[in-house]
Amino acid sequence: MSAIQVVPIEWYLLLCTVLFTIGVLGVLFRRNAIIIFMSIEIMLNAVNLLLVAFSSYLSDSKGQVFVFFIMAVAAAEVAVGLAILMMVYRNTKSSDIDMLNKLKW
Amino acid sequence: MIKLVWLVPLLPLIGFVIIGLFGKKLSKGIVGTIGSGTVMAAFAVALGIFFELKGGTQKEFTIELFNWISAGKLSIPFSFLIDPLSSLFLLIITGIGFLIHLYSTGYMSHDEGFSRFFAYLNLFIFFMLLLVLGSNYLIMFVGWEGVGLCSYLLIGFWFKNTAFNNAAKKAFIMNRIGDLGFLLGIILIFVTFGSIGYHDVFEQAKNMATGNPTLTAIALLLFVGAMGKSAQLPLYTWLPDAMAGPTPVSALIHAATMVTAGIYMIARSNVLYTLSPDAMNVVAVVGVCTALFAATIGLAQNDIKKVLAYSTVSQLGYMFLALGVGAYTGAVFHVMTHAFFKALLFLGAGSVIHAMGGEQDIRKMGGLKKYISTTHITFLLGTLAIAGCFPFSGFFSKDEILAQAYEHNKLLWFLGILGAAMTTFYMFRLYFLTFHGKFRGTHEQEHHLHESPKSMTIPLIVLAILSVVGGLVGIPAALGGTHFLEAFLSPVFEFSSFRIVQAASHETEYMLMGIATLIMILAIYFAYTVFVKNNRVPAAEGDETSAIHKLVYNKYWVDEIYENLITKPLNMISEAFYKLIDNQVVDGIVNGVGSTVKWLSSTIRLVQTGNTGFYIFVMVISIVLILFSQLF
Repeated sequence: MSAIQVVPIEWYLLLCTVLFTIGVLGVLFRRNAIIIFMSIEIMLNAVNLLLVAFSSYLSDSKGQVFVFFIMAVAAAEVAVGLAILMMVYRNTKSSDIDMLNKLKW
Repeated sequence: MIKLVWLVPLLPLIGFVIIGLFGKKLSKGIVGTIGSGTVMAAFAVALGIFFELKGGTQKEFTIELFNWISAGKLSIPFSFLIDPLSSLFLLIITGIGFLIHLYSTGYMSHDEGFSRFFAYLNLFIFFMLLLVLGSNYLIMFVGWEGVGLCSYLLIGFWFKNTAFNNAAKKAFIMNRIGDLGFLLGIILIFVTFGSIGYHDVFEQAKNMATGNPTLTAIALLLFVGAMGKSAQLPLYTWLPDAMAGPTPVSALIHAATMVTAGIYMIARSNVLYTLSPDAMNVVAVVGVCTALFAATIGLAQNDIKKVLAYSTVSQLGYMFLALGVGAYTGAVFHVMTHAFFKALLFLGAGSVIHAMGGEQDIRKMGGLKKYISTTHITFLLGTLAIAGCFPFSGFFSKDEILAQAYEHNKLLWFLGILGAAMTTFYMFRLYFLTFHGKFRGTHEQEHHLHESPKSMTIPLIVLAILSVVGGLVGIPAALGGTHFLEAFLSPVFEFSSFRIVQAASHETEYMLMGIATLIMILAIYFAYTVFVKNNRVPAAEGDETSAIHKLVYNKYWVDEIYENLITKPLNMISEAFYKLIDNQVVDGIVNGVGSTVKWLSSTIRLVQTGNTGFYIFVMVISIVLILFSQLF
C-alpha cells in the first residue's frame, strides 16, 4: 500500500473538484490577467492530482507518465503566456483583460 | 484495295488538317492542289475498291479498324462496311467532290476565305465518307452530324452577311429536328436488337413478322431524320435558303451528296422498311407530295439558284417515292444520275453568275448563249437530262421510278408524271430566260460577260458527259439492256427484292415511256412558246398577275406560316418563361440565399464583442452544457 492510498479516493476527488472550481471561478470573475493565468494553472494541477491518485489506485503507471507530459507542456505554456502578458503590459500599462477588446466585429 | 479503305476518308481529313492549320501561310495554288488532290486520291482508291468488288465473288467486307466504344453490353467497333451500295456512294462522293473542288479553285479564286473554304470542303468530304462507310448506325450518325456542321459552316461562309448567317442557322436547326428522330430511331434499334451494327440488326429483323409495330416505329423515326437531311415536307424550307452559300457548295452539299444521305440511310435499312409497309407508304406519300409541291414553287421563282434548289427538293421527293414503292435500285440510280445533272446545273448556274458579276436574277439575264457557249451547251445537256429526255441519264432513272410507282399505285404515278411535267417546264423556263432572247441586264454587265476559266469549264464538260451517258448503267430490260446497276446492287437489296414489283410487261413500260416523253415535249413546247416566241419575262416584284401566281411566287407562305405558327409562339413562351421563371423564381432563389446569409452574418457577428471575459464565460458554460448533455 503506497503512501497515496493512505487517503481514500473520495477525498482526492473532493479536493480536486474544489481546486478545479476555484480555478474556473477565478478565470470567470477576475479581471487581472495574471490571476486568470494562475487560475488556469490551478485547474491543470487539479487534474494532475486526480490523474496521479487514480493511477495509484488502479496500479496503472500510465497516468503518472501522463502527468509528467502535462507538466512539461504547462511549463512551455507558462513561458509563452508570461511573455504575452509582458508585452500586453508594456503596451497598455495594465494587466486588466477588459482593456483587450479591440478585436471585435 | 479493299483493305486500304481507311485511306478514303483519311485523305480528305489530312487535307483538312493541313489546309486548316497552315492554309493562311500557303499560296492559293498549293491550297487548291492539296484540297483537290486529296479528294482525287480518295477517288482513285474508291475506284479500285469498286472494281475489286465488282470482279470478286464476295460482295460484303467489314473492315474493323479499332474498338471504339465498349461499356457493359454495348460494344461498338469502329469499322467500315464495303458493299456495292457504299462503294457506289464512295464513287459519287469522291468523284463529284473532286470535280467540284476543281471548279472551286476557279470560282473562289478571288475570295479572301479561299483556304477556309477548301478546309471546310475537305472536312465535309471526310464526314460524308464516314456516313456511307460506317458499318453501324452510330458511325453513320457521326458522319450525319458532321456533314450537318459543314453544311452550316459553308452556308454561312460569307459570315459578314446577316441574312446568310440566318440561313445557316435555319439549316442547322431544321436538321436538328430531323436528327432527333434519327437518334431516337437508333436508340430504339439498340433497345430492340441489342446492337446497332447493320449486320446484327438486319439478321435479327429478318426473323420478325411483317408489320411489327416496333419495326414500323423504328422505320418512321429514321424517316424523320431523312426528312430533315433530305429536305422533305415539312422540313424542306432550309434547303432553298441554303443557297446563300457559295455555288460549289450548293452543287456538292445541297444537291449531289449530303441531301441524298437520307436516301442512303433508307436504302441501307431497306430490310427494316420492307418489313413495315405502313412506313413505306408514308415514305412514298411524303416523297410524291414533296416532289409535286416543290415543283409548283419552282415554276414561279426568279432566282437561278432558287429554281434549282426547289428542283432539288422535288427530285429528292422522287427518290423517296422510289424508296416508298420498294424501288430501292431506282432510288439509288436516281441519286447517281441526279448527282451528275444537278451538280452540272448548279455549276453551270455558278458559271452564269460568275459571268454576270454576281447577278442571280434570271429576269436580268437573257441571250447569254452568245457569250458563254460552253456553259450554255453543258447547261442545255443538264436541262435535258433532268427533264428526262431520251437517252439522257435522267430518262432511265426517272422512268424506272415512275414505272415502279405505276405498278404500285396509279395515283402515285399520275402525281409523279405531273411533277415531271412541271420539272420540264420550269427547267426550260430557266434555260430560255437565261440563254435565249435579248440581254436584259445593265451595260456594265454586258461588257463584263465572259466565259469562265478552264478550271471551271472542265468540270462542266465532264459532268455533262456523265449526265448524258450516266443512264447507260441502268438500261431496263424493255429497251434491251441488262440493267448493270440492279445486278450490282442486288446483294444489298436481296431480302427486299421479293417485294420489288417488276414492271408487268414491256408493253406497259413502252406506254409509260411514251406518255412521259410526250408530256415532256409538250412542256418544252409550252415553255418555248411563252418565253421565246412571246418573249414573256416574269413580272417584277410585287406585280404578280393572279392570286395563284402570287401564292406560288411566295412559296405558299410556308416560311411565314412556320414563323407565325412555331417561331413566334416559341419566342413568346420563352419570353414568358424568361420573365416569370428565370427573372422571378430562379433569380429570386439565388438572390434570396445571398441576402439571407448577409442578414444573418450582420446580426450574428455582433456576438463577437472583443470582451475576453465574455468569451471565457461562454466557453465554460458551453463545456458544462456539453458535459451534462453527455451524462443524459
